[in-house]
Amino acid sequence: MSALLPPSQRNWFKQPIDKMEWLWIGLAFVWGMILFFMMIYWHINGKQNLSNETYKSTREMYSAKAEKWVAENTVRKETEREIPVVKAKPGEDVYLIARLWEWWPIVEMEKGQTYRVHLYSMDYNHGFSLQPTNINIQVVPGYEHVVKMTPNQAGTFAIVCNEFCGIGHHSMLGRIYVK
Amino acid sequence: MAQDDNTAQGDNDIPLMQKILDNHFLLLFLGVTIPAVLYTVWGIVDIMSIPLAK
Amino acid sequence: MSETTYRICPRSGMQFDTKAEKLMRWNAVAGVLALLVGGIMALGVILTRWPSVKLLDAETFYLVLTAHGVDMLLVWIIFFEMAVLYFTSSTLLRCRLATPGWAWVQFWLMAIGAVIGNVAILSGNSSVMFTSYAPMQASHWFYLGIILFAVGALIGCFVFMGTLVVAQRDKTYEGSIPLVTFGALTACIIAIFTLLQGAAILVPTWLWSLGVVKEIDALAYRMMWWGLGHSSQQINVAAHVAVWYLIAGVVLGAKPLSEKVSRMAYFMYILFLQLASAHHLLSDPGMSSEWKVLNTSYFMYFAVMASMIHGFTVPGAIEAAQRKKGFTNGMFEWLRKAPWGNPVFSGMFISLVSFGFIGGITGVVLGTEQLNMLMHNTFYVPGHFHATVVSGTTLAFMSLTYLLIPILFKREIAFPKMAQAQPFVFGGSMAVLTVVMMGAGTLGVSRRHWDMAFSGAPFQYEWPGAAYLMMGMTGFFGVLACIGGAMFLIVTVGSLLIGKKLDDGQISATCTPHPKGSVSDRATAHGDAEHVAVPGTVALAMLLLATFVLYYFVNWKYLSEVWGLS
Repeated sequence: MSALLPPSQRNWFKQPIDKMEWLWIGLAFVWGMILFFMMIYWHINGKQNLSNETYKSTREMYSAKAEKWVAENTVRKETEREIPVVKAKPGEDVYLIARLWEWWPIVEMEKGQTYRVHLYSMDYNHGFSLQPTNINIQVVPGYEHVVKMTPNQAGTFAIVCNEFCGIGHHSMLGRIYVK
Repeated sequence: MAQDDNTAQGDNDIPLMQKILDNHFLLLFLGVTIPAVLYTVWGIVDIMSIPLAK
Repeated sequence: MSETTYRICPRSGMQFDTKAEKLMRWNAVAGVLALLVGGIMALGVILTRWPSVKLLDAETFYLVLTAHGVDMLLVWIIFFEMAVLYFTSSTLLRCRLATPGWAWVQFWLMAIGAVIGNVAILSGNSSVMFTSYAPMQASHWFYLGIILFAVGALIGCFVFMGTLVVAQRDKTYEGSIPLVTFGALTACIIAIFTLLQGAAILVPTWLWSLGVVKEIDALAYRMMWWGLGHSSQQINVAAHVAVWYLIAGVVLGAKPLSEKVSRMAYFMYILFLQLASAHHLLSDPGMSSEWKVLNTSYFMYFAVMASMIHGFTVPGAIEAAQRKKGFTNGMFEWLRKAPWGNPVFSGMFISLVSFGFIGGITGVVLGTEQLNMLMHNTFYVPGHFHATVVSGTTLAFMSLTYLLIPILFKREIAFPKMAQAQPFVFGGSMAVLTVVMMGAGTLGVSRRHWDMAFSGAPFQYEWPGAAYLMMGMTGFFGVLACIGGAMFLIVTVGSLLIGKKLDDGQISATCTPHPKGSVSDRATAHGDAEHVAVPGTVALAMLLLATFVLYYFVNWKYLSEVWGLS
């Protein structure tokens, strides 16, 4: 038995560690700290941080707010479904509704302005995937998430639902115009 | 050789850290409680402290 | 006190408790069956996401995708891990398995759970994806199946812990357990956390599907579920790293460069690896940034450091062993002249490199709080985890299977040429597949999405041409990977059915120590490799670090160009 386990090695904890191995451990440690503090640095100096502003809400409360806002700010309607196009006021609230299977309404924003975009799901989990700029946020039912967004390019943007939400998932597409 | 732990010889020379690594149930305890506190309990506290919408 | 007998394998010198080895065989075979089912589903998934093929209709696609996820991520891997747990405990410690009766309860609960879950999915009313996010509801049978499976696995974990106690009490080993068993212990501890977390969420969800519980909070579900969903993949990491050490030891006689370093790295896994469940909630509302940053970073990246250490010490151990054999020319003779014709080794080494370079690096990028917004729920996510769970874990387990066919199943490998080619076909196509999947994800393509053309939507969005190209390549290399998987199944099933029978070896009523110099001795020997410089490994490690740094900051640059968010 002991031939298998030389007594000198029994106390393996005191075996010396090779220089190169120490070097690698040191590098891995330093790199890990950089990885860690990079996230904190970006919270302080970065311009893309996901907001923590979240409220518990209900379908009724949220749709009342959203529908009031849509009714007051609609500028025209688009597509056969008559989806309202709502002109958002810089610095103010924008209410987006995710439900089976649409992102409602269409929003018009201005480049360089900041908006408080409220995201809320009426039923299942949905995804807010803004394309082609590629920002992806989870939308969880019951929770109203307020994200301040500042478009930095003009154009037509699509909101793709990228959380599986049933059979019509692939047809759930929304739109944002940035002028 | 009457110790209750698994080390049969030279027990006094064995560093504490090696003894910890040889204590499987202590490791199990740590491996369950640390994530349960940092991830699960703290996560539940975060969710519970979300305010109601105005 | 034990009524079992012990078989000494004449090829390896390994000792099998005859009761335990039957359990290992049954668990491994059940895992391989799940791999077959999951592999057929994989073909359905890949042929539908291939834009110019688009095989299945939406309903079938989501059904098949759910089954693929459950059968691969849970059933295949956890069944195989049960075999690994029994092997690394009773065989490597040369003792009897504690409570084989309970181990059979483990097997049957998991088997029944897997069947119930699969039937629920295939009957079409549980296409909720592997994640089954409430309030989307599956049939109550779906949850029941997974609960039974998880309870079974939990029992298996306790049988493993019990076997460690048996070995300690019967003094079948001296001092510390072998490093490989220590790795399996790490996997087992993570599994216990995972399965408890899973029970804590799935039992209420099951009651909800039966109408007993009124509501499941959607965010709490996500937080709790990922404690199961992601941690279960961390079991795999710990387990396949143990398999790397095992194979390096068995095939090349490699000893870890330092026991202390390797074990401390595992210790970091035990403490922190499970925290990475937060990776899936980085772009969620409601969880605080403090919680996200601390958890996603495995408490300041200590578990990443641990992975980087394993990524150094495993090839380092191989290099040291090879150099001692005389392969000392230049930096890489040890690697060039490694036994590439042996699928046990080639699979293990491809697994190591793919996991490190592709899976590991992208996992850290994906798990950075802010960078996650660039990739959350895009095709990047499955790209990443195929590099970890498939290239990493599955390929490592396949290599271990090739090792175990003669030792545990007492058969010669049928179709040895096919077995030789398999790790290259599977590992190679999987490496390209994962990279193009992540390429598509970087361009925004969604995961779990049936139609890139958004048919039926009120308006259109046209993905960049490159995204279609990447998805086409995903289809092609995905099919190739399925072929590689099929080769594994043909070799394995072929060997079990028509492989030449090998002799059992002697059977005795008592445990015996390891024969000196045998395979089993190599797999369990303690102690560090004698000092040998490993310049090749250092070069590989530096290349990894350079790639890591570059890719990490490229993503920050990319993030800095998107809309302002605060």
